[in-house]
Parts: sequence; structure tokens; C-alpha cells
Amino acid sequence: MTRLGMMLRKNVMSLLEVKDLQVRVEEREILHGLSLTVNPGEVHAIMGPNGSGKSTLSHVIAGKPGYEVTGGQVLFKGEDLLAMAPNERAAKGVFLAFQYPVEIPGVTTWNFLHAALNAQRKARGEDEMSSPAFLKKVREVAKSLSIPQDMLKRGVNVGFSGGEKKRNEILQMALFEPAVCILDEMDSGLDIDALRIAADGVNALRSPERAMVVITHYQRLLNYIVPDVVHVMSKGRVVKSGGKELALELEESGYAQFEDAA
Amino acid sequence: MPAVQETVERVRRIDVDQYRYGFETLIESDKAPKGLSEDTVRFISAKKNEPAWMLEWRLEAFRRWLTMTEPSWARVHYPKIDYQDLYYYSAPKPKKTVNSLDEIDPDILKTYEKLGIPLREVEVLEGVVRPEGERRIAVDAVFDSVSVATTFQKELKAAGVIFMPISEAIREHPELVKKYLGTVVPTTDNYFATLNSAVFSDGSFVYVPPGVRCPMELSTYFRINERNTGQFERTLIIADKGSYVSYLEGCTAPQRDENQLHAAVVELVTHDDAEIKYSTVQNWYPGNSEGKGGIYNFVTKRGDCRGRNSKISWTQVETGSAITWKYPSCILRGDNSSGEFYSIAISNGYQQVDSGTKMIHLGKNTSSRIISKGIAAGKSQNTYRGLVSAHRKATGARNYTACDSLLIGDQCGAHTVPYVEAKNSSATFEHEATTSKISEDVLFYCVQRGLSQEEAVGLVVNGFVKDVLQQLPMEFAVEAQKLISISLEGSVG
Amino acid sequence: MNVVAKTETGRALGDAFALVSDRLPGGGKIADQRRQAFEAYERAGLPHRRIEDWKYTDLRALMREVLPLAPAPDVAALNRAAAVVKKQAIDGVRRLVLVDGAFAPDLSDLGNLDKGLSIRPLREVLDAGDGTLSAQAFASDNSNPMIALNGAMATDGVVIEIADGTVLTKPLHIVHVASSAAPAAMFTRSLLRLGRDTGATLVESYFAAEGTKAYQAHDGLIVAIGDNARLDHIRLVEDGSDAFNISSATITLGAHAHFNTFAMTTGAHLSRYQLTVTCAGEGSKVETNGVNLINGKQHADTTLFMDHAVPHCDSREIFRAVVDDRAHSVFQGRIIVRPDAQKTDAKMMTRALLLSDEAEADNKPELEIFADDVTCGHGATTGALDESLLFYMRARGLPEKEAQALLIQAFVGEAIETIVSDALREVAIAAARRWLEARA
Repeated sequence: MTRLGMMLRKNVMSLLEVKDLQVRVEEREILHGLSLTVNPGEVHAIMGPNGSGKSTLSHVIAGKPGYEVTGGQVLFKGEDLLAMAPNERAAKGVFLAFQYPVEIPGVTTWNFLHAALNAQRKARGEDEMSSPAFLKKVREVAKSLSIPQDMLKRGVNVGFSGGEKKRNEILQMALFEPAVCILDEMDSGLDIDALRIAADGVNALRSPERAMVVITHYQRLLNYIVPDVVHVMSKGRVVKSGGKELALELEESGYAQFEDAA
Repeated sequence: MPAVQETVERVRRIDVDQYRYGFETLIESDKAPKGLSEDTVRFISAKKNEPAWMLEWRLEAFRRWLTMTEPSWARVHYPKIDYQDLYYYSAPKPKKTVNSLDEIDPDILKTYEKLGIPLREVEVLEGVVRPEGERRIAVDAVFDSVSVATTFQKELKAAGVIFMPISEAIREHPELVKKYLGTVVPTTDNYFATLNSAVFSDGSFVYVPPGVRCPMELSTYFRINERNTGQFERTLIIADKGSYVSYLEGCTAPQRDENQLHAAVVELVTHDDAEIKYSTVQNWYPGNSEGKGGIYNFVTKRGDCRGRNSKISWTQVETGSAITWKYPSCILRGDNSSGEFYSIAISNGYQQVDSGTKMIHLGKNTSSRIISKGIAAGKSQNTYRGLVSAHRKATGARNYTACDSLLIGDQCGAHTVPYVEAKNSSATFEHEATTSKISEDVLFYCVQRGLSQEEAVGLVVNGFVKDVLQQLPMEFAVEAQKLISISLEGSVG
Repeated sequence: MNVVAKTETGRALGDAFALVSDRLPGGGKIADQRRQAFEAYERAGLPHRRIEDWKYTDLRALMREVLPLAPAPDVAALNRAAAVVKKQAIDGVRRLVLVDGAFAPDLSDLGNLDKGLSIRPLREVLDAGDGTLSAQAFASDNSNPMIALNGAMATDGVVIEIADGTVLTKPLHIVHVASSAAPAAMFTRSLLRLGRDTGATLVESYFAAEGTKAYQAHDGLIVAIGDNARLDHIRLVEDGSDAFNISSATITLGAHAHFNTFAMTTGAHLSRYQLTVTCAGEGSKVETNGVNLINGKQHADTTLFMDHAVPHCDSREIFRAVVDDRAHSVFQGRIIVRPDAQKTDAKMMTRALLLSDEAEADNKPELEIFADDVTCGHGATTGALDESLLFYMRARGLPEKEAQALLIQAFVGEAIETIVSDALREVAIAAARRWLEARA
């Protein structure tokens, strides 16, 4: 049985379930009933042209203000994700790697990571991690991603190159060990070498318990992060799902064929 | 560098005293008796054949004025003004209704010709070659207290635009004047505005009906000629829904040893989606090289962005006057409305400038932009004073302010006094100011490349003010650029 | 109520002054100076909004009256003060405590003074009739009514002299404690003179003893920094939430002198800090930095006057205001460059962060430039916390308040980081943290 077939089996407890999601931004509906089911261990790719609603989906899952959910639901391990504050979602294990990670001047990366990790642990009722233990852990992860130590002393993402910013996102992903990672246009602004380093970092984090949702416009990224399932989005809906070969097909013939399906 | 070269040559032609508009026109005039009383107010109102409501409005302002005191907060110093030693009304004689330019006193026409102001409808501003098909300018010329000619009236009328002396508008469009006069600058606003309300003699009135884009630039040219005369003009411009108008204002006065008072009021109103662009080139007589004489320019200019998405833009080039006290402001009342203030203020000799703007954010998502360039030379004092405020309900208010000052010589002063007041957490204000002198290195570089010191200064100053000059309509920009260089003549030691 | 000065009522102010004048140290010339100062205050009355300098801090509306002079502290008051001084103690400093406007020798550390260091209570100096020092302590300008009032009423303070070539081993810490059981005003005035080639660190703190609520602290600090000397100065206002603190500091720098100051206000219902710094010697250098962290209905005003009187001096100002609830922060910063002060390099940056829709921040940075060969500039910004940063941080698991706290710390950090001494920087950071924790 293919992985796709497994995914469609009903008896697997899904990790992330998006059901008939409808979302508005300032009176304009962006998502018109989007559904998606992601199980542990799976890597899903969501592809689609600009304006199809890919980033809106990632923002709504992470709880970014400014979006109005007018219908449908998002369940995470069976719980209503939409009812939770963004930080609660993070503590539960939802991680969004931002397309454009913000710069936070004056807050050192080190200090930020420690504060965020402990906030998550506290929310889960776990003990806070001491500074030495944290330092050790960050150093290990940073080393594996070729992130130089001095980057950790600088303000979060301040003065980082595009590649460094994306690596910093993956560093956080490795550190927080989330259950589901949503990678929003991770390839944007990266050259091929930077892309490879970032993809290696992501691949190292693949595990049977963890799911990934890779949002991308281009097939290129999927050469490095090979998905189990590919969804095509158009005009706020998933219009086709299939195996990784669907991505290649898109590369050949473009998105136009799906415009009408939407 | 043709402009610079031309400027320098022009400067050479000018006599010791550099003010080129300093001549006097010898004509007979009809004056109110010297001094200010209720009778003066009644005299002016009667001369203008005003309706009773207008006289009452003036008298109320006059009574209010008697209870007020002259403001002293500005960084300007001048001897006490004797308001009883001034004439409040002066009109060229013989006074009769003028139907065509041919009926205007030829001496007055000559005056405007000398000033380079096109009263004959075919003419254009001096020094500008007009390419085919370029827009024309309608001019309202105000000589001392009265409007002497307004051009292109027929064509404007066809477009539905009302452009006439305010004295005529009071008679012909009382409903419009009543509805708007004093609603932006109330008669109680400040000492000089209140005085103006009592004694204003003329000025321009513009009404642009809904959806109309005014087919040409409108312009008023103010000239003070008479001795010991105060000039108190009043301008009221209304841009109705979805309309647009660009308005230009210029001013000069003869050279005189005594100081003359100019206390104008300008009110602008924009309704939904309307825009007014108001440009001023102010070149009143600044006084002589010893600081004697010159105009006291105490002016209240304010625009009310009353409608949604409306816009008011002020651009000013201030080179004249002994003292300038002037803050063209925007009340951003309509949601999404925006205000702009672009200013070049140049002071030389003993001039004192205290000028700037107020951007008062009241509506939601309003924005404003302030670009001010102050240049102080000689023994002058040049102050930028500006207020940016966001009120409680002005969510999403945004302002950007940049004030730069340039000092030429070590006898002058350049000052920056911004007031940044936020009563709303969603307001985003940014203010920057710098003060510097012309870099010796840049001057040397230019001189090494063959420019004279004077040309080099002209070049640097023109670069310094470029952002603002670009905001002016083309004809004005060329004129202003020359004016700037002339104003700075003699400033390089 | 026995009020020293009450507005509008037209009450005989002179009588009130006469009533307390027997408690004011210094006879002869000083008494004359006090009378003149009081008359100057009396003519002006409490400053109000129509006076340009007080536009945003209208004492007639906000303070209304000057409270009666605090009685000299009794044993109970001193005990209450001792308890809070102990609690707020900073390690490694030489403490000089003023309780309710009176020097408290028992709470102060006057032992083992460095060679070249002299510390005396102002009252003692005045009573001893030391003409020069007294004159210096009262040589201020009466044109500012609140400085004039302070000069008229000052009951005590400390007079510190540092002889040429002396570099102090320990920071000096002047502690202002309010301990009066009844609402009262205290007036203190201190003098610090640094000779040539000296170095010192001065910390000033303001707080109240347990149970002391409505009071007014009026302080005046006069500092002269000699040629080639350096003073580091930190000022922390942690007064009680009903207190008023109206203080001024007047600093004069000699040639090649260096003054680094940091002021933070987290306490007091209403505070105004008037700092006047004059570069009177060529080649001097000034860094004045400050932070307001305020909430509730607090009103905090920092009014800085940076006077470049001579050529070749540099000044830098960094000011940050964080304003929550219905609080009102005011920053007025005037830089003047006098006609001869060529080659001045002066820059000022003030930024306000509004955390609530009812908060207010007014910024008035001013440049007054009379010399042409200068580099001067200022900047001012006002805004809220950046929503996209907050979301990013929350997406990483930080609760809202915690994310805000991190951003606020970063925002004020730039000013706090200018404090040179590690230990004192930690003191300031701790005070900022206390504010943030109380907020959470």
C-alpha cells in the first residue's frame, strides 16, 4: 500500500486536521473550505500559485492576528487549535518557520531562545531548563547547522543574511522539538547552497512522530525535502492531492490547469 | 548649470540693495482714515458694499480682538506695533467696476508686468519658455487692499469653478461664504487672525464643485504699495467631493524704511476624496542690509481635511519679510486623510523666521509628511516650529518629519522646535532633524572644478532644497530657484 | 493646613516662608539669598501650562500646592527609614542618607574617607558660615520658580568636595528617604565639587519608608566637574505612587571633563527632573541618558537643557519612555550651541513606546544653533510594540506579557547599556525588571 493509501485510512489518529476552513481578511474570503489531514511521520507539500492562500493557511494555523475564521475547524491531536493563543499552540508543538523571519533588535538570540523554550516547557508543566544545560544544547544544535556562536549573541535575526535567518528558524525547530512543523516558503530568497544546508537541517528532523507541512511555490525545494503527499492549492482550496510525482507534473505543465478546477 | 550661471549674472545686475521688487508705483489711492476702531471696520464693510451679516461678523471679531494680547512665544523680536498708526484700507483710485484689463490703471498693469505677473491672459511668468499645450495660469491680482484683476474667469466659469475676489463672493455667493468662512480659522483663533477677521479687505475665493479637476493653476499675486498700510487679505478655498485644485500665491512690496504689517488668513476645506495643493512663494521686502524696514508677515494658514481620503498639501518658499510668523497647518479630520508640508525658509540680513506647521491627526488612518529646509545666512535667525499630534481616536495615525537646517556664516542662528504629541498607541511618528554647514570639502571640490565660491554655494543650496522645489509647479520652481540664489547673495564672506 | 504656597488663593505666602525661616540654616547673606529666591518664586507661583517650559507639566493643575515643610525626623521616622535603606542597599558604595530633608549621620557611611574626599552636611556648612561653599550651593538661577523655591527652602543636603588628583575608590550614594508620618514636603540641596584630574561615581536614589504615602521631594543638585575630571552619575526615582518629585541638577564641566549620566524614573505619581548641563571648558564630553517606565496615572517629565558654551565639545542623549495605562511621559530636550561653540557635535535621540490606548507621550527635542561649524541632530519616534515581532515571539511559545517584557527590555536597553559600571548597570536593570514584573 502506498503512503498515500495509508494516510487515507481512517483508523490512524491524525496529528493535524483542517476541516472545511473558511477564512476572511478584511471582508475578503481567502480560504473557501479547505481540508487537510496530516498524520505523524508524514511530510506534506502544499503547492500553488501566488495568492492561492498558502501563507494564509500557515498563519491561521499559527494564530496570527488579522484573520477571521468564518467557518470550519483546525484540530491538533483532536484539540481545537483555533481556540488557543499563539503561544499555547507553540507549547503544544505547532511550529511555523516564517517566510520572512522578523528582526528583533536588542533581544539576543540566546536570550530569546532560552525564554521561549522555558515558556513552552512551563506551559507543558515541565521543569525549566537551566542556563548551562540550555547552552550545551544550543551549542550542539547550532554546530550541526553550521551556525556560528557569535550569531547567538546578536539580536534575533538582526543583520542576518537570508540563509542565516532560515537556519535560525531551523535551529529553533530543532531546539523546540515540535510535533508539526510548517515551513512557509522556506526556499524564498535562498541560493542553492543555502537551500541545501537548510533542507539538510529539516531532513535531519524528520521522524516517525513528527509531521511536516512544506509550503512552496516551486518544485525545486521538493528535490531536497521529498514529500509523501503533494497538495495543489488554488483560489483558497485544495484542488488536487497526490504523491511526489504530482510536483514534477506541476513543474512541467504549470498551475494553469488547476485554475478552472477551483 | 545654466540656472546657477544665470542667477549669478542676474545678481551682478542688481544694485547694492538686492531686492528687485522694491520699486513704488505712484498712483492715487483711496484710504480709510488712519487707525483702528469700530468705525474703521464699518468703513471697510461699507466700501465693499457688504451685507449686514458680514459687518456683524467683522464687528464681533473686532470686539474680541480688543480683549486679546499679542502672542510672544515665537522666537522673533520687534518693537511694539502701534495699531493706531496704520491705514487699514487702501485702494487704487479711481475705484470703479473693472470689466476688462484695458480699464485697469495702466500704472498698475505696468507694476505687474515689472513683477513678471501675467495679467494679460496670453502672457506667462517671466523667464519660462512655455512649451506647446502647457497649462495656463489664472491670476487674481491684489493691489494693496483690493483685487484689481482676475483672469480667465470665463473659462473657469464654464468648468463650474468659482474664482473671484472674496469681496465679490460675499455679495454673489453669500451662502457659500457663510457656510465656510471662519470654520477653519475661527474669528477667535489668534491675535492676528482675529484682527484680520475684523479688517480684511480682499483676497481670493475659490470653490471647485464636486468631481471637477480645475482646468488650470489658480494664482493670486499680492502687492503692498501704499505707505503705512497694513495688508489683511483673506483667502478661502473649498474643494468639494472628488475635486482637485492647485493654487499659487506670490507676494512683493516696495522698499520702505518703516515696517509694514501683513496679517493674512487662508482657509482651505477639502471634502471626501478632494485635494488642494497650495504653493506660496513669499518674497515680501525683507528690509535693507542694516535690518531697517521690511514686512512683518504674521499669517494664519490652515487647511481642514474634512472629508474621507481628502488631501491638503502646502508648499512654501519663504525668502522675504523682515519677520515671518507662519504655520500652514492641516487638521486631518476625515478618515484616511493626509496632509503635507514642504518648506524652504531662507533668511539673510537681519531677517527673523519662525515658521513650520501643525499636523493634527483626528480621524482614523490619517497620515502626514513634513519636509522642512531652513537656511540661515547673514545675521538672521531661522526657526522651524512644528507640532504633530495624534488624538485618542486617531488610530493608525502616521507622521514622518525631516527638518534640516543649513548655516552660512557664524553670525546667524538655526533652530528647531518640534512638538511631538501622541495620545494613541497606534500612532507612529518619526522625526529627524539635522543642522550643519556647507561642507568646506564640497565647496573646495566645486571651486577646484572651476566654479566661483558663490556658484558653489548656489549649487549646494539648490541641492539641499531640491526635495521641496520638486513639489512646486514648474513655473514656480524656476522662479523659486532664482529667488533662493538672489536671497543668499552676499552671504559668502 | 499650613501650606507654604497655595495658588490662586492669594494667601500671604511671605508669612508662610517667615513661619519656617527659623528652621532654615544659614544667616546673613544666605538668608538674603533665600528671601530673594522666595520672592522670585512668589512672583511666578507654581508653573503652569502657559509657560512654554511647563507646557506639558502644569503644576498648578497637577500638584496644586506645596505641602508644609516636613518636621525633622524623630526616632520612629529614622527607624522606618533605616529599614527601607537596608532593604534597598547597594553593595560597595558609600551611603549618604537624607531622611525627610535632614542628613542622617547614623544611617550614613562617613568612615575611612579617601584622602582628598570631604563630605559634610549642608546644614553644618551653612552654620559654620563657610562663605565660598555656601555661595556655590546657592548660586543658582531664580528664573526657574521650582529651583528658586528649592533654594529658599532647602533644609539640608550633602556638600562633597574631591581634591585635585583624587579618584574615589567607592561610588557615593545619596539616598533620599521620605519617612514622615504626615503629608509633607522636603527640600534638599547638595553640592558636589570635583577638582582637576579627579574621578567619581555618584548614585542618587529616591524612595519612601513603609507607610509614607503623600509627600513631595524637592531636590537641587549642583555639580562642578573640574578640568580633566570624570563623573559617572546614576539617578533612580522609585518614590511611592502618591509622591511628587520635583528635582533639578545643574552640572558644569571644565576642559576635557567627562560626564556620563543615566536617570530612570519608575516611581512617583508626578515627577519632573530638570537637568542642565553646561560645557564650559573645551574638549568636554557629555552623555545623558534616561528611561521613563511608567503606568497607572503616573506623570514623568524629563527636561534636559544641554548648553554648549565653548568649542570642541561632544554631547549625546538617548532617552526612552515606556508608557502604559493612563500614564503621561514628557521629554523636553533642548540643545543650545552658543555663537563661539564651533566644532560642537551634539546628538539626541528620544523614543517613546505606548503600551495602552490611553497612554500619552510628548516629545519636544529642540535645537538652538548659533554657530555654523557644527554637527547637530535629533530624532524622535513614537509608536506601539511591533505586532509582527510580538506574533513571532508568541509563535515561539512566549506568553504575550513575556514577549512584551522582552521587547520592552530591549527598547530601554540601549539607554541602560550606557551605564559604565557593571554593578550599577545591574542595579538599573534590576529596577527595570521590578517594574516589568509588577506589570505582568
